[in-house]
Amino acid sequence: MIENRPIITLISHITLILGVMIIAFPIWVTFVAATHDAVRMVQVPLPLWPGNHFFDNLKQAMVRGIAGGGDLGVGMMLLNSLAMAMMIAVGKIAISLLSAFAIVYFKFPFRMGFFWLIFITLMLPVEVRIIPTFEVVANLNMLNTYWGLSIPLIASATATFMFRQTFLTIPDELLEAARIDGAGPMRFFKDILLPMSRTNIAALFVILFIYGWNQYLWPLLVTTEQDMYTVVMAIKQMLETAEQAPEWNIIMMTTLLAMMPPVLVVIFMQKLFVKGLTETEK
Amino acid sequence: MLKRVHFGPSVLPFLLVAPQIIITIVFFVWPASQALYQSLLIQDAFGLRTEFVWFENFEVLFDDEHYLGTFQRTIVFSVLVASISMGFSLILAAMADRVIKGAMAYRTLLIWPYAVAPVVAGALWVFMLDPTLGIVTYGLAAMGYEWNHKLNGTEAMTLVVIAAAWKQVAYNFLFFLAGMQSIPKSLIEAAAIDGAGPVRRFWTIIFPLISPTTFFLMVVNIVYAFFETFGIIHAITQGGPAKSTEILVYKVFNDGFVGLDLGGSAAQSVILMAMVIALTVVQFRYIEKKVEYS
Repeated sequence: MIENRPIITLISHITLILGVMIIAFPIWVTFVAATHDAVRMVQVPLPLWPGNHFFDNLKQAMVRGIAGGGDLGVGMMLLNSLAMAMMIAVGKIAISLLSAFAIVYFKFPFRMGFFWLIFITLMLPVEVRIIPTFEVVANLNMLNTYWGLSIPLIASATATFMFRQTFLTIPDELLEAARIDGAGPMRFFKDILLPMSRTNIAALFVILFIYGWNQYLWPLLVTTEQDMYTVVMAIKQMLETAEQAPEWNIIMMTTLLAMMPPVLVVIFMQKLFVKGLTETEK
Repeated sequence: MLKRVHFGPSVLPFLLVAPQIIITIVFFVWPASQALYQSLLIQDAFGLRTEFVWFENFEVLFDDEHYLGTFQRTIVFSVLVASISMGFSLILAAMADRVIKGAMAYRTLLIWPYAVAPVVAGALWVFMLDPTLGIVTYGLAAMGYEWNHKLNGTEAMTLVVIAAAWKQVAYNFLFFLAGMQSIPKSLIEAAAIDGAGPVRRFWTIIFPLISPTTFFLMVVNIVYAFFETFGIIHAITQGGPAKSTEILVYKVFNDGFVGLDLGGSAAQSVILMAMVIALTVVQFRYIEKKVEYS
């Protein structure tokens, strides 16, 4: 505190509280919508205070979905989203750890060539190469599979860069000591590098889980069978059917279900999240 | 870059980089080169004949008023998203930096929208502003304003900008707050002793000192608005009404997957790639600078 000016502090708090309210308002409205029945949700004005149909809506969303949605519950889609997010996060971390290890700790031909090749992926977000990437995945018969959903997204320069940075800060003496004790490269990787990068791995996992869970365009292209849909995609389909028969209570329940896992991860692993966010972006 | 103490050449490092390199080549380099190649081809309507046309696709694009309009729209959209989102977070971060007590609680309450998927953000906002049922629409009607983003292009644009900016506030806030908290308190105390009030201190000390953060966020926000807002637009407006919210990324998808104009879509992809490369270069130059000064 530089100076004691209660009025300015009060103004700061009020501004912040207003800011929080503006940011949270959409979620509040969504939550309220998910607690009312379909009848209430077509009467203007819509409610601003929760009703008591939360669990009915939850059950309906999980089991049946919305009318005209092919009787497809959200339960399966949540599992698909989870599988995709986990595969993307674990896959990215695994391949990036290995390649960063090779680039930092080995002298071998084309080392820098490989490094630049990895760097290029930074410049090719999936949005700008969707059609040819889609063709590759289709030719490899990976449409409608978990592999097709996740593998094209797991090459990542940022994760490799971050691990490279982490490894560069690990003292050289550790490798010397490990060698004197007779440890080979993989032993050194497993017993020294991995434990020492634990927090970085966890921080990256948080970011990548959110990234994977929230994928939209890619799953939209590679899945055509309903039992492979992810929950984030389902929202869009529900919004389309909402044009005819708006079951906003179920749609908003699904929306809540789709955003809860990553939001909870951010709130409960805030420290790791902040670390991951600030370190991967540099 | 390489450790002073390292392992000698063997097969092992090749095996270690192999998974990443193979995935990069199969799913990044190859498709990107295909996009480059396809951008030089024209396919007839039935996909039977393909003709190599050099840069005709690009010429067509740059003569196309629709495309130029999309370009312009994308720039307006990105500038609006970046400035609204950054302005809002800058104010909040400045306040949170002041209050000490509860700063972390405010941070928790402000950063979670980062985790909301763009489509989900779109769904939240489209529900609140639904022309017949939306709660905000109702409020606006009570004030005498009739909102219908399904008919009015400006309102549609406003809606996607708000939804996109809302989602990005979390990220900007986090970086602004971190930037402000890393400014030595002694600087601000010295200014206070010299009689500078809080507003003056903000503009003469805090704001100039966080300018690297501001610049970094500007690049990140523009990249975000260019590429990651696809879901928001797809959920809220599908580029409509009358293409008033169609931005470049949406047009690539729409021309390629819906319109099946592969050559034109590939040419657009190539232009987008050039833009990402330019933005990445800008971002990296900035990082180099930052290392120099610190």
